[in-house]
Amino acid sequence: MSTTLIRGAKLLGGEPTDVLIDGETVAAVGAGLTAPEGSTVVEAEGLVALPGLVDLHTHLREPGREDSETVLTGTRAAAVGGYTAVHAMANTFPVADTAGVVEQVWRLGRESGYCDVQPVGAVTVGLEGNKLAELGAMAESAAAVRVFSDDGKCVDDAVIMRRALEYVKAFDGVVAQHAQEPRLTEGAQMNEGAVSGELGLRGWPAVAEESIIARDVLLAAHVGSRVHICHLSTAGSVEIVRWAKSKGWNVTAEVTPHHLLLTDELVRTYNPVYKVNPPLRTEADVMALREALADGTIDCVATDHAPHPHEDKDCEWGAAAMGMVGLETALAVVQHTMVDTGLLDWAGVADRMSLRPAAIGRLAGHGRPVAAGEPANLTLVDPAYRGVVNPAGFASRSRNTPYEGLELPGRVTATFLRGKATVMDGKLT
Amino acid sequence: MKRHLISAADLTRDDALLVLDTAEEMARVADRPIKKLPTLRGRTVVNLFFEDSTRTRISFEAAAKRLSADVINFSAKGSSVSKGESLKDTALTLEAMGADAVVIRHHASGAPHRLATSGWIGGSVVNAGDGTHEHPTQALLDAFTMRRHLAGAPDGGPTFHRGPGDGTGRDLEGRRITIVGDVLHSRVARSNVALLGTLGAHVTLVAPPTLLPIGVESWPCEVSYDLDAVLAKSDAVMMLRVQSERMNAAFFPTEREYARRYGLDGARMAALPEHAIVMHPGPMNRGMEITAEVADSGRCTVVEQVANGVSVRMAVLYLLLGGNEPAVATATPRTEETKQA
Repeated sequence: MSTTLIRGAKLLGGEPTDVLIDGETVAAVGAGLTAPEGSTVVEAEGLVALPGLVDLHTHLREPGREDSETVLTGTRAAAVGGYTAVHAMANTFPVADTAGVVEQVWRLGRESGYCDVQPVGAVTVGLEGNKLAELGAMAESAAAVRVFSDDGKCVDDAVIMRRALEYVKAFDGVVAQHAQEPRLTEGAQMNEGAVSGELGLRGWPAVAEESIIARDVLLAAHVGSRVHICHLSTAGSVEIVRWAKSKGWNVTAEVTPHHLLLTDELVRTYNPVYKVNPPLRTEADVMALREALADGTIDCVATDHAPHPHEDKDCEWGAAAMGMVGLETALAVVQHTMVDTGLLDWAGVADRMSLRPAAIGRLAGHGRPVAAGEPANLTLVDPAYRGVVNPAGFASRSRNTPYEGLELPGRVTATFLRGKATVMDGKLT
Repeated sequence: MKRHLISAADLTRDDALLVLDTAEEMARVADRPIKKLPTLRGRTVVNLFFEDSTRTRISFEAAAKRLSADVINFSAKGSSVSKGESLKDTALTLEAMGADAVVIRHHASGAPHRLATSGWIGGSVVNAGDGTHEHPTQALLDAFTMRRHLAGAPDGGPTFHRGPGDGTGRDLEGRRITIVGDVLHSRVARSNVALLGTLGAHVTLVAPPTLLPIGVESWPCEVSYDLDAVLAKSDAVMMLRVQSERMNAAFFPTEREYARRYGLDGARMAALPEHAIVMHPGPMNRGMEITAEVADSGRCTVVEQVANGVSVRMAVLYLLLGGNEPAVATATPRTEETKQA
């Protein structure tokens, strides 16, 4: 078995320390460790060591839209971003609503070797919201699905949502809700507010998100199950989740990097790279989301990495697809919005981007402390780095980033998946 | 003037007055036996219409032809995606054909902006109506019409014309304009609010609350739900068309209730000041937002607006494509800024 000694890394941003990896496991953590004969030595002075990042919300597009991303390219992008595990959303073609499809995605992830892929199962057959998919079969499959979501669509029928929440209790599952009341958002193009009124783009009101969240936290409490809210985007949603948590209900929530940084003012350019679901909101929403991520009301950062081929964005706003890629820029945006602003320290980043998402997904072997005996899933970050985002260099097959040309801090210099470097010196191995 | 006309909000007061004054010059051409100028000879104007709009298209066509431009009508009804060709490929096609100006009507808000900023084409882009965003030439022709009736004497005095006059050099300072109807979905209303504000007018929007956009309180205008309360204080009332697809989407209970609460009939017209005019961008829904009595009255400028539309669009095309010679023998000299455009 190979050994690797990481020398002088600031563990969770603390004092410099050494980390010795033996095979797939962390063998020792402490100052002044000696590298055994034949070890790879990684000089990590000035770098921050984090547990490998975990994404609860990734669109890998395979099967069906391999023109925008495959499991291989998506997991390579994830490794570049410092991730060691991603949850692959179910809205593929065919939809991941059977044991067969989730096992296929799970197997493709294992073959890729860059990042663990944990499939998310659809809540309803074909994401159509009418009939429960075989949740138990997916839970018992080799993929051992625990997170179920119709993401991209809302489970808007209250009875179906109630039954799903109840049913997944049998295998400790969680329903991850894409909160979007469909009638209030028919044809919606952007956040409904002053900017949508001026631009003449059909509005997507905050209440369409908040009303579903309010209903679902009440349903989860009523049936004693747990619900996870995908990509929270409004200040009002934060208030509802905060209230639900104050009641002791089993509610968790995520926020995307782009909702921590970008606002609907960008839509004035009519550049579809800013078109996303849920839409970019206002400055006040952005500030509320940052605060909620800092105080733990929002449990985790999830990328909602949504690759689209160039032609689906190289068009007029109304015809463009919704979504942004995010795996390769997530940590930089979080450093920029949360760490460099003093809202969160690196231990907090580890909690919100690794420990908590792994816990919500019931993902074994990820989101563990960096300590002897734990799986060697690690990310090294250079927080002093400053760089301009250049999508031409992305590992993802798609380029639809809203950050092109923007200077962001931080860079993942190395990622270790069970002791094997998937990224070294900032490059895929 | 900039190279493109995308939004009425992009026009400064000087830009707007330049267009309106140039349009007065153009209007005089319409009174000649031969209504044609050689100004844009050899230039190509493409009317790229993704939505049906016979009125706007023939207005632009007439304007371009009176300036001797070659006109190509490109009708691409339906969404570019469902049609199979993207806006980009359509634009590249037109560019390859040597379009000097593209007049675009599109169902998607922002499509002209995208066309102008994407690098797909080199010519000027004129927004002929995009989704529910803007329709700047409509606002210009409306302002032109208002100015002729309401702008007052050349010395700035409060005289109102009883018929169309020449408004050259004047703005709409202090004039009270009421715009009534489906503001939420109206590109005409958005462009008018922007332009009329630039020209110094006071705008009041009147609509049921369901047909006003969220955030309208931040617009540079007043808002009222009560038409009768504002009529006596209006120098012009602009009635917006209520699209038939709004009728069954719970924006208001019934057509009859809408007509009762927000339609302009003879009794309401009588409540207007004597000098006030009634405007409509057309096509009218007689009996809905406007009764036949009002539509056919001498105070209704709807036909005049159509004629003015040609003059204003001539002015826009002339200023954007600018020949080196004056538009007409006595035309206003072009500014340095215009030359750069």
